[in-house]
Amino acid sequence: MRLAVQALWQRDVRRFIGQRSRVVGSLATPIVFWALLGAGLGRSFSAQHGSDGGYLQYFFPGTLAMIVLFSAIFSTISVIEDRQQGFMQGVLVAPVPRSAIVLGKLLGGATIALAQAMLFLLLAPLAGISLDAARAAQAIGVAALLALALTGLGFLIAWWLDSTQGFHAVMNLLLVPMWLLSGAVFPASGAAPWLRWLMLANPMTYGVSALQAVLLGHSSGPPLPAALVVTVLFGTAMLAAGVVLVERRTLG
Amino acid sequence: MPPAIAVDNLAHRYGTHEALRGVSLEVGDGEIVGLLGPNGGGKTTLFRILSTLLPPTSGTVRVAGFDVRVEARDVRRQLGVVFQAPALDPLLPVAANLHCHGALYGLHGRDLGRRIDALLGALSLADRRDMLVKQLSGGLQRRVEIAKALIPNPRVLALDEPSTGLDPNARREVWDHLYQRRAEHRTTVLLTTHSMDEAGLCDRVAILHQGRLVAMGTPRELTATVGGEVLWIAARSPETTAARLRAEFGVTADVVDGRVRIERERAHEFIPAVIEAFPGEIDSVTFARATLEDVFVRHTGQRFN
Repeated sequence: MRLAVQALWQRDVRRFIGQRSRVVGSLATPIVFWALLGAGLGRSFSAQHGSDGGYLQYFFPGTLAMIVLFSAIFSTISVIEDRQQGFMQGVLVAPVPRSAIVLGKLLGGATIALAQAMLFLLLAPLAGISLDAARAAQAIGVAALLALALTGLGFLIAWWLDSTQGFHAVMNLLLVPMWLLSGAVFPASGAAPWLRWLMLANPMTYGVSALQAVLLGHSSGPPLPAALVVTVLFGTAMLAAGVVLVERRTLG
Repeated sequence: MPPAIAVDNLAHRYGTHEALRGVSLEVGDGEIVGLLGPNGGGKTTLFRILSTLLPPTSGTVRVAGFDVRVEARDVRRQLGVVFQAPALDPLLPVAANLHCHGALYGLHGRDLGRRIDALLGALSLADRRDMLVKQLSGGLQRRVEIAKALIPNPRVLALDEPSTGLDPNARREVWDHLYQRRAEHRTTVLLTTHSMDEAGLCDRVAILHQGRLVAMGTPRELTATVGGEVLWIAARSPETTAARLRAEFGVTADVVDGRVRIERERAHEFIPAVIEAFPGEIDSVTFARATLEDVFVRHTGQRFN
């Protein structure tokens, strides 16, 4: 079991290192977003909220969440390709518990997401966030939880769907809105009530909120302990659902 | 000891489409058996059920006595599977692919290293071990697939269309390795194919058509059932000619694809009599030794392709 998880994890990490374009792709887009939105919205945002660090700072944890989300999406798209034809078929006919397959895949995807998040974290001083070791470690910890949960969500969707086209639709209709409504871009406090409810129901809100609490010292959403608990539950639920889905072998 | 593979009254439905309708067959240890049939005949469905990717609608498949439906993990331990579509990671080196696969079977360390070395040697891949899979030709990739499937030293090796996309040389190499493996390890081999030539290389052939097993036997047994020789006659009015051939000569004559087809022993001796009996009616007569294709035609009333 451990051997199988490790092998699958290793495979994902190794192939990621071999694909430089993927690193650039899932890191560059959020950074460009961060810089442009941060610069563009900065003035109107601080006029409204009077926050000290400005929008560039407010948007930093949200961008980190976006990097994790994009990376999770990328690695789960490979699940679809793998399963239709290719590597995953060979894995499915091996005598490994289905939970090991899911776990290996999630850990692999989450590791890659986390590596990119850590690279982005190096830019924190540019947002006026001073990173000491403790704060960096906390941020990495929260990012790891979020990475597991989002990779799990991506995996679920990818396994449930059959085509990469379908995945793009879900990504645009579900995953990107989830991110938009997570407090990453704007705080719930200023939103219309119906939107606030949506944000509260959105599991990603809690991960983003935890990142904000750790990095900025305050968050626009739920308090840190609640945010952490929900994020852990979110990840556990995704993992469990993934195992159940893969065990229904009908989907070879 | 239970047979390597036992298929009993197997049926599978995709929605309303019946892909398999009650197939039963057995494969013994060390046998090489080919599932022959056109696309849609049911062989890929049988392959997917055997390899535990698809639960059957009804009936059973047992591998070394284990039921694919309820003992999938035990079945998986007995099986090496080579899919038609490559199941290697093209972005990883050959050796890394094999290591990863070995780990899925609980192998590691020196034991795994030794197995990989031995297989790379046996399949003449030793000098490619550090190359990325995507840099290899189709034939080499197929050999890596076979090496990968053999790492756990499976009792049964299942291959889906093993020579599709390979040139004749690469195909011969694949077959050399299958024979060698069988000779050295008594590995049972079950493969699907839509090539008559390839089917002829198997110990036994099972012909699947529209989800049914229409014939099974050694290639020699099967071709013997069609009388050994075949005449194809292009006639002005095939149906009439066939009817008269049956009435006047007492032979099996059918119209297949617009031509009259006669199969019998020593059919060649029959050619002059046929031409003389139907003056002006016959455009050509083609003689052929019976092949598996003729077996297929006999059992299905259709040409293979």
